[in-house]
Amino acid sequence: MKGRLIFLLALPVVAGFGQIIPGPVWPAWAQPLTECDVPNRQNEIDFPLPRVNRAIAAKHLNVLVLGAGSSQLPGPSGAKNAYPARLQQALAAKLPGVEVRVATDVKPTRTAVEMVKTLKPSLADAKPALMIWQTATVDAMQAVDPDQFSQALEKGIKIARSAGADVIFINPQYSPRTESMIALATYVENLRWVALQHEVPLFDRFNLMKAWADLGTFDLYSATKKLDMAERVHGCLGGLLADLVLEASKASVPNTESGREPGK
Amino acid sequence: MAPVPTDRDLRLDLFRGLALWLIFLDHIPSNLVSWVTIRNYGFSDATEIFVFISGYTAAFVYGRAMAANGFIIAAARVLKRAWQIYVAHVFLFAIYLAEISYVSHSFDNPLYSEEMGVLNFLNNPDVTIIQALLLKFKPVNMDVLPLYIVLLLWFAPILWLLLRSPTLALLVSAAIYTVSWMFEWNLPAYPSGDWAFNPLAWQLLFVFGAWCALGGAARLARWTKSRVVVALAFCYLAFAFAIAMTWYFPALGAYVPKFVGEAIYPIDKTNLDVLRILHFLSLAVITVWLVPPDWPALKSPACWPAIVCGRHSLEIFCLGVFLSFAGHFVFTEVSNRVFMHVIVSVSGIAIMVGAGALISWYRRIERQGSGPRPPATKPGYAGSEA
Repeated sequence: MKGRLIFLLALPVVAGFGQIIPGPVWPAWAQPLTECDVPNRQNEIDFPLPRVNRAIAAKHLNVLVLGAGSSQLPGPSGAKNAYPARLQQALAAKLPGVEVRVATDVKPTRTAVEMVKTLKPSLADAKPALMIWQTATVDAMQAVDPDQFSQALEKGIKIARSAGADVIFINPQYSPRTESMIALATYVENLRWVALQHEVPLFDRFNLMKAWADLGTFDLYSATKKLDMAERVHGCLGGLLADLVLEASKASVPNTESGREPGK
Repeated sequence: MAPVPTDRDLRLDLFRGLALWLIFLDHIPSNLVSWVTIRNYGFSDATEIFVFISGYTAAFVYGRAMAANGFIIAAARVLKRAWQIYVAHVFLFAIYLAEISYVSHSFDNPLYSEEMGVLNFLNNPDVTIIQALLLKFKPVNMDVLPLYIVLLLWFAPILWLLLRSPTLALLVSAAIYTVSWMFEWNLPAYPSGDWAFNPLAWQLLFVFGAWCALGGAARLARWTKSRVVVALAFCYLAFAFAIAMTWYFPALGAYVPKFVGEAIYPIDKTNLDVLRILHFLSLAVITVWLVPPDWPALKSPACWPAIVCGRHSLEIFCLGVFLSFAGHFVFTEVSNRVFMHVIVSVSGIAIMVGAGALISWYRRIERQGSGPRPPATKPGYAGSEA
């Protein structure tokens, strides 16, 4: 009897080691690739972005960032340093000869449902080939019905695609101090599931920032009114987001030089 | 009237104690030690175990009271228990307010201006505290006790029915579950949305636990002991384990056929998904198969720490919620290194065990102080809580 019990207890232990070694949960021994990239960012989902690819080919890429409070920074130079502006810089640098314009529709404390309500005029103004949608934090804080949240995401994807834009999701920030007060899990999972089902690439900001905290790239616990760390974080987010956009758009061209298969 | 068993099954205390430990570990955000908990290896988690065993022991304790003293007295005792749990919940809310108030004054970072908005409810306590007292505003990880309160509030009538017609009572419970799924019924929460644990769905597991306590387990024994059922349970656990692995190794997700993914996701915790019930039942079948009621180890010192926690589940649950707040506080204020995760987890469980032993000791001296007890009640279980 005891033997059987020990066998049963040993199963999760063995499996647990498997989980802990290669995952992004605790890669503390690993060296970061650059200042802000992290090894084994395996949770990111790439799907092809055909509309972005066509826009790049036409040398003219418009992007709309749809988001809430964590897509902006306070202060007079906030708009210049927040990740949408940094994304524009990074894309422009990586796409010489392409005119890149990033517009924003960002207001704090908005749920996905509220963002979808005003989405059509924003799309009509910006005429983007790509809509980057940062959401789920406010939904989790207000504990909105998770089904309503998922339905709003689906509706938003449909509206954006029929307006000629591909979609990328950005999930919530990792915020260690408020972790015990905001139940993000359900919303992060629903966002991921909608992304998978509708073939929307997901920029996994949550696990990226968690890895930064574990690696010591940024001290996300620090209490400060100063903006310098927040600006560097947004700089990194903008740069890595640009990488995801380019990878995903390349993935939609067969036989590119990098040889990436779509959906990988 | 169904016979009410007279011996408390030590396995209940053991597994409820283990469930309380797992709930504590899971409630500390980003706790690395929580990879040992069952939620990482399948669909269900410790909440199912806790609710099922709570239903089982509630029927065990109040079923005897109802058989001996009638409906009114048993119902009064059930309601008294619900009141105790309500008081415990409000006490935890006070601790939560203290933590939140501290964080809102000590933490500022422009990166997190949006997330800090979660502290805004401190600006209008007139509304939020009243909503908390009405059980509509429930902070993170404080959902289980309100569920327990609601389950107890309607437990007396369902117990009455269970004692007369167990099958009918179980059918009523299953019907409520089905109807709440069909019409998406749930209780409203504040500031928006619904209860994170829908009582109309979760009552099924509670009533099923009560049904098992009142003779259902004996009737099921023919099935639960059959090799076929045990094998099916193993297969289902293996399936759930394989699916769970794709959560950590997304590359494995490619091996999950699309129709399987579409059939199982999202796995609904709020409304107690059927996949979660099946996972819990599989665990239960295998546990009953591995651990017989007269297993000698149940009386050994190795099992005592969990049993002593499971026996005083309300106190230890509340302590666990408090300790998980405190543990997160240590991570943010002192250190977030791996060894600190281990220290916080191990010492938290040690504190829970110490508190359980202390409560047992208090019970013993109070019993001695009040003179000889009436012979109808035996020490150890008669005075125990549901």
